[in-house]
Amino acid sequence: MSLIISAIGQGLLWSVIGIGLYLTFRILDFPDMTVEGTFPMGAATAVTAIAHGVNPVLATILAFLVGCVAGLVTGLLYTKAKIPVLLAGILVMTASYSIDLRIMGKPNQSLLGLPTLLSGKFLQSLPPYFDGVFVGFVVITVVTLILIYFLQTDLGQAFIATGDNENMAESLGINTDNMKIMGVSVSNGLIALGGALVAQNNGYSDVNMGIGIIVVALASIIIGEVIFGDLTMNQRLVAVIVGSILYRLVLLLVLQLGFNANDLNLISSILLAIFMGLPAFESRFHLKHVLKRGLKND
Amino acid sequence: MTKTIFQLKDVVKTVNEDTPEELNILDHVDLDIHEGDFITILGSNGAGKSTLFNTIGGNLRPTSGQVIYKDKDITNMSVVKRTSFLSRVFQDPKLGTAPRMTVAENLLLAEKRGGHHHLVPRKLKGEMKRFKNITAKMNNNLDHRLNTATGSLSGGQRQALSFLMATIKKPGILLLDEHTAALDPKTSQNLMDITDETIKEQNLTCLMITHHLEDALKYGNRLLVLHQGKISYDISGEDKKKLTKEELLTFFNDIQ
Repeated sequence: MSLIISAIGQGLLWSVIGIGLYLTFRILDFPDMTVEGTFPMGAATAVTAIAHGVNPVLATILAFLVGCVAGLVTGLLYTKAKIPVLLAGILVMTASYSIDLRIMGKPNQSLLGLPTLLSGKFLQSLPPYFDGVFVGFVVITVVTLILIYFLQTDLGQAFIATGDNENMAESLGINTDNMKIMGVSVSNGLIALGGALVAQNNGYSDVNMGIGIIVVALASIIIGEVIFGDLTMNQRLVAVIVGSILYRLVLLLVLQLGFNANDLNLISSILLAIFMGLPAFESRFHLKHVLKRGLKND
Repeated sequence: MTKTIFQLKDVVKTVNEDTPEELNILDHVDLDIHEGDFITILGSNGAGKSTLFNTIGGNLRPTSGQVIYKDKDITNMSVVKRTSFLSRVFQDPKLGTAPRMTVAENLLLAEKRGGHHHLVPRKLKGEMKRFKNITAKMNNNLDHRLNTATGSLSGGQRQALSFLMATIKKPGILLLDEHTAALDPKTSQNLMDITDETIKEQNLTCLMITHHLEDALKYGNRLLVLHQGKISYDISGEDKKKLTKEELLTFFNDIQ
């Protein structure tokens, strides 16, 4: 049971990253690789700040801002320097590895004995692992509510339109470059925030913790979409959160089946490939038809 | 004589500059557009019609020459800035609307064309009744689909919406780029009638590219024929009213 609670807590904390990636991957409609760099950067920033005596709340906010700056760089490379977005993201991701080492001064940093967002008196009075659930729930609720508000503003609508039909957005006078820069920046801010949360939950930060982040974030988006199907924009955000929790539960199941934690990246990728390929397989092999027929014969 | 609102002065657009394939797709074009003009534009493929529109719209910078709107030189003004006075409907219904946004959301965005997009609530609910009235005029059931994502509308409905979006906030200049060409004859006729009505009602200044000689003759007060980057024919007023399809065809055959 405590494993399941832990998985739900992890899912909630990681859903911030899913929501962050949603802004670029689904709304702006391009793959942003920067996230693999901003996730450990957020972790490094928060952990180092805390180690230097900064209040954990401030340290977490600082991580968000640092992520925004990294995203801003990607956005500028993409829109102003006209570097293809995939490459722009990879450039910043690669550069951030060095920056993380500069921030921490070493490849990893422990939070042992230091205060974190999860070490308050109230949180420690909760049953084991409920601290992660509580913090994750509060943060993701605040983030989601702010995003829902934002997407319903004039600016938010211009942002959605940019990803939906750039040509039209421009012909309506929307500065699409600015929308993309803003989107990539906020997206990476959220992913760095997620990195800060995960590091505090895990109790350490490691310069290599970014590997495979984009797959994890995509998994929560795709699982949510495959399960819930057609949704409104606001419902989609919630679907990402649910997808993130389900993904953690699937991983838990996989570990219970006897797989090693080292196998997780392989398993995550296979899972994602299956989920993303599902629509194509479905139409090729008429899966729906076969399933329906199978049910009828029962 | 009505006021001149828009001018092209000796505009040249050269492609493949400094190569053997060098070509002027716009070849020293001079054009004065008067307020309230409804100009139909004919021309074979490669005559320079799209280049003309892209130069007016700001997507292309002329190699030389000037673009002037209301006595102001806008030759180097960006596409986004020009949207404050210019709107456009494309041939492809997919280009003019955002597919994942609803009809009402698209209209609301269009109403803010050329304005600033602030971090303030969009206030969509209060506008629904007005949008219903506006869309009802299109005679194609669009008013019952205000909350539908435009991606699931028919091509005709999408194009009618594109036209509404281009005119919901009165533009100084309206560019119609074969906006009925992708539609079936009946839908196309319906949209063309509404286009004509709207232009008269709002006294819009409009340029319309078409491949239909009949449409070019029937609509508008002025007709241009583009050929090899030049305006080879410019007729307006009473002369245009008298022009027949046969005369136009003869002219076309002469220049080919």
